[in-house]
Amino acid sequence: MSGLIKSSIARKVVMALSGLFLVFFLGQHFVINITSVIAPDTFNEWSHFMGYNGLVQFILQPVLIAGVIVHFAMGIALELKNNKARAVKYKQYNGGANASWMSRNMIITGLVVLAFLGLHMYDFWVQEISYKYIAMSPEEPTRYLEETVHKFEPFWRTIIYVISFVLLALHLWHGFASSFQTMGLNNKYSAGIQTFTKIYSIAIPLGFIFIALYHHFNPITH
Amino acid sequence: MKLNLKIWRQKDAKSKGEIVDYPIKGIEGDMSFLEMLDILNEELINKGEEPVQFDHDCREGICGACSLQINGEPHGPDRLVTTCQLHMRKFNDGDTIVIEPFRATAFPVVTDLVIDRSSFDRIQQAGGYISVNTSGNTVDANAIPINKHAADEAMDAATCIGCGACVAACKNASAMLFTSAKVSQFALLPQGEVEAVDRVQNMVRQMDLEGFGNCTNTGACEIECPKGISLENIARMNREYMSATSKG
Repeated sequence: MSGLIKSSIARKVVMALSGLFLVFFLGQHFVINITSVIAPDTFNEWSHFMGYNGLVQFILQPVLIAGVIVHFAMGIALELKNNKARAVKYKQYNGGANASWMSRNMIITGLVVLAFLGLHMYDFWVQEISYKYIAMSPEEPTRYLEETVHKFEPFWRTIIYVISFVLLALHLWHGFASSFQTMGLNNKYSAGIQTFTKIYSIAIPLGFIFIALYHHFNPITH
Repeated sequence: MKLNLKIWRQKDAKSKGEIVDYPIKGIEGDMSFLEMLDILNEELINKGEEPVQFDHDCREGICGACSLQINGEPHGPDRLVTTCQLHMRKFNDGDTIVIEPFRATAFPVVTDLVIDRSSFDRIQQAGGYISVNTSGNTVDANAIPINKHAADEAMDAATCIGCGACVAACKNASAMLFTSAKVSQFALLPQGEVEAVDRVQNMVRQMDLEGFGNCTNTGACEIECPKGISLENIARMNREYMSATSKG
């Protein structure tokens, strides 16, 4: 078992599976968020369900947080090991000749996304936890849309979200397709899977950017 | 053609190396890269200087001995060639060419441009073989029917010459393409089934022990491989590894 934990392939598989899980979560998150633009009542309803359903709160949420921690911790551990594998660097290394920028800079895009997650958790998760479990405020099933739209009033926060989603798109562009290769899926279906992953990698972050900009330019005024 | 060569010089494994400038002229486009280095070495010997040491053997692209990082790419800017097959016509008059050894912790420099690639040998020894009965009951390999597609894929994997360009190109100095080719050439054939479970586990374990990095699927290895070994082999090795691990 200890051999398996140290195995490069086992670690790659952990990266791929946790990455695929996070990609799936991202899609689900987008579906809920887009309702804040096209169906505000549904957004409030679904947000309330996610915030108060026991299964979501106490089972799925910890699993999601564990998935994020595993993906980032393993990514950083692998990066450190990879640095050691070439202790003496090249004087000239033409990485752009044979590999995309996205594939060579997953650690950079990943760390930006990690930093963004810090802000995002502070913006929504910490405040939600404090509302429910510290302030012990009563349930208000219609508060979610207004809270969300208010968040995007400051220009600085909107622009940070937009930039982070661009970096997320670059991360997904390589990572999503790459996870299938790691899981050993390289066959006649690969071209179709590649196309799907590339479309997803652009469309979902672009959708999040649209939502952030939409709320920034359409504030709720009383 | 006049060139300005910037070559890594390192007396021995323990010395600190450095890039040294060597202007050279009279180079023709039809010369191979190694012939160009031969001319430089003749000049250095005539001047009483130490020639640049580099590995070479067959000089026809099949031995995998030549191992130069040229202008930041293993075997230079051309595709599907080894350094001995790289022609000087790929460069222009007045060019500066940076020549370094393949860099990886698992490929320590011996001297100048010569590296120790015995880590590849140890990966092979860990599982890159099959059991054949040679006690008088040897069965002709051709007596076993093999699917044409599998035979072709196994042959493609077996064309790996173990030059190490995949490691040199990879930003992580990963040896996954080499190891996967050596796993695949047996995994695809019935003769390889006997040791299949142990082979992939032992070869991957040895690869990790040697200090190679982790594959992050950049695909640089496939692009720079002089024999065009495909990334499909890495996917196959991963499948083999997961399957072998589940069997214990």
